[in-house]
Order: sequence, then C-alpha cells, then structure tokens
Amino acid sequence: MIEQRPSPERRKASAALDEARLRQQAIGVRLRQMFDEVVNEAVPDEFLEILRRADERGGSENG
Amino acid sequence: MDAATEIKPRAERTAADDNAFKKELVQLIPHLRAFARTLCGDPTAADDLAQDAMVKAWDARASFQMGTNMKAWTFMILRNQFYSEKRRSWRQSQLDQEAAERTLVAVDDPEAPVALDELRQGLAMLPAEQREALILVGAGGFAYEEAAEICGCAVGTVKSRVSRARRALHAILDDGAYERDGASASDAMRSILADAERLSTVR
Repeated sequence: MIEQRPSPERRKASAALDEARLRQQAIGVRLRQMFDEVVNEAVPDEFLEILRRADERGGSENG
Repeated sequence: MDAATEIKPRAERTAADDNAFKKELVQLIPHLRAFARTLCGDPTAADDLAQDAMVKAWDARASFQMGTNMKAWTFMILRNQFYSEKRRSWRQSQLDQEAAERTLVAVDDPEAPVALDELRQGLAMLPAEQREALILVGAGGFAYEEAAEICGCAVGTVKSRVSRARRALHAILDDGAYERDGASASDAMRSILADAERLSTVR
C-alpha cells in the first residue's frame, strides 16, 4: 500500500501555501472591486460637457 | 504623445468617423476615471486628469486607427499625462507616501478582512511602476502585452512588476496593517522605498 497521507510538516507547509494563495485571491478580488466601484459610478455631466465643447471647437476650425 | 498628436490631413476624416470615435470614447470614460483614481488617489484630481486625457484623445483622434484597441490607447494617453504632471509635483507625491505610511501604521484590527481602505493605503505605498502594472493587469483587464504597450516597457518588465506588486501588497496588508506596533509596516516600507529608489535610478 502506498502511504497516502502527507507528513504533518508537509500538510502544514501546503496549508500555508493555500492560505497565501487565498490571500492573494482575496487581494485580487478587492482590487477589481475597487476599480469597478469607480467604473460603475455615474459619469459627472462635466465630462460630456467638456467633450461637447471640444467637438464644437474642432468643428469650427473646419480645415 | 508626439506620435499621438500628429494629425493627418483633415480631409481624410468624415463626420461619421468622428461620431464613431466619440461614441467609443464616451464608453471609455468610466474606465479612464477608474484608472485615474488609482493613479491620483484624490477623486477631484483624478477627474481632472481623466478629463485632460479625454480631451487629448479627442484632439488626437485622427492619429487613432479605428478598430484597434482604443481602451489601451486612451489609457496610454492618460498615463503619459499623469507622469508629465507628476514630474512637476514630485515633492507632493513624496508627501502622499509619508501620509500613507502614517495611516497604515494606525490601522489596528488584526481580524479585519482585506478592507478597501487598507488596500488603497497599501497601493499608495507601492512604487508607481508596480502599482500601475498591477492595476492594469489585475483590475483593468489588460493582457501583459497590452499593459506593456501602455507603460512603454517590455512584457517581461510588466510581469515582474506585477509579481513584485502582488508580493509587496500581500506583505503590507498582512504583516503591516495587522501588526499592532507597526514594526513590520516600517520594515515593509523600507524595502518598498529601497525598491522605488532602485527603479528611479534605472530611469
């Protein structure tokens, strides 16, 4: 029979590795949340207003 | 930016081109705001930066090839804008970093999960190059190749920055913020500052 159970040391090391991996995942998820939180905010009217003005400015040059 | 501001003859562009460009640009505004927020921290300064980038992108629309990655293109414009402003106010960013260190050491809850505020503080402590690489790949949804294009560096450089940023963040959030006496936070800070110094001499 092959010994299936890892030694306590190995189990401990692998648990620590899993924990580190989970921690990294948690940080990754938070990072995306932080970014998406701003992406999902309503865009202030100012942006479209500025773009509209830039468009008019470009249009009035007319070559 | 020199390449981006080079305008093709006006006659080659039609109103339909401009409309298509504008439509796509408007859809990117939320993403530009989010990227700016991670670079600036301060929401008002971030929106100013995002607006400047948006106008720059609009003015340079003739140099953009429709059908290619406009998100990466606008992010590159925003990033260039940020660093040209940052060069003028280097001292301010130093102060921001000191403030971030003070706030971080003050956190005192070992049981807390990864809180957004802590993450923001942790990000603020990273060297700018690592922070932007991590944001672009880890939150912005860019491939390493696209992030490399945005940052104007090699793909391998982006990969190593992302991996160093992940390790540093992990260290800051676990050993820094959770350490009651703040000793580990200053250790982490020291290594991060050494990193930043090394990077700035490479430039």
